[in-house]
Amino acid sequence: MSEAAVMHSAVEPAETPLTPESWGKLGMWVFLAADAMSFGCLIVGYGLLRHASANWPVPSKVLGINLTALMTFLLICSSVTMVQSLSAIKANDMRGLKKFLLLTILGGAAFLGLQAYEWTHLITERLPEVGLSFTTHLFAATFFVLTGFHGMHVTGGVIYNSCVLAACLRGRYGPKHVEIAGLYWHFVDLVWILIFTFVYLI
Amino acid sequence: MTTAHTEPNYIGVFWWLLALTVLEIAVIYTPLAKLIIVILLVGLALTKATLVALYFMHLKFERSTLGLIALTPLILCVFLILMLLPDIS
Repeated sequence: MSEAAVMHSAVEPAETPLTPESWGKLGMWVFLAADAMSFGCLIVGYGLLRHASANWPVPSKVLGINLTALMTFLLICSSVTMVQSLSAIKANDMRGLKKFLLLTILGGAAFLGLQAYEWTHLITERLPEVGLSFTTHLFAATFFVLTGFHGMHVTGGVIYNSCVLAACLRGRYGPKHVEIAGLYWHFVDLVWILIFTFVYLI
Repeated sequence: MTTAHTEPNYIGVFWWLLALTVLEIAVIYTPLAKLIIVILLVGLALTKATLVALYFMHLKFERSTLGLIALTPLILCVFLILMLLPDIS
């Protein structure tokens, strides 16, 4: 730590008392707090529309809970491999970092694949079948805005993690960069836990 | 800071998250009153979110002021709900 502090003293002139290891971590936390408000507003808006509607369907009877449970499982697993990749790079184990970060990226990509499958099925078959397509009910609009906004975050996370992996393998990024990328990835997992509950289960 | 704590048991947290997810799915098939199911689901979801934030995002091992930053959106969302309540009642 002291060595690192000396090394980076030219780049980071003063230490933040909140996150002494790096400014980047504080920056990521502030960004995540702001991003959480975007999701918060969307979820509260969803709740408001649903409460005000007289004929809102029971989501678990329209949406496929089993597939979404699998998607939840995938994201939780990819969060675990993300913390393992951080442990690996902290121990200077580059093979472990490569393995676990690749697994994290694959987990995110698999999640997106399943979501694409789910959306296609819903738009072309399921929603018209139960009379809940875009033109007839707000259910479709709120569902696709919420899950789509989250899916874009997952897409961003997959790209972000890939860039971090490439930079780590070239020796340009270290443990603190992986930790900051991890914060973003765990946040995406955390938000999915809430969306899964509010949009699919309740 | 990083040397002050031993690494948390990540696999243990993983099993907790998995168990709570299974519990959540089980809850929606129970014949309880709608309100009780909603309260249970919200409680379980917040527990899972807290587990992720505390252990995976290391909030448990950071300065408490950083935790305040993390809590800010939650507090603002509670205000948002309170301000919107007159609209839906």
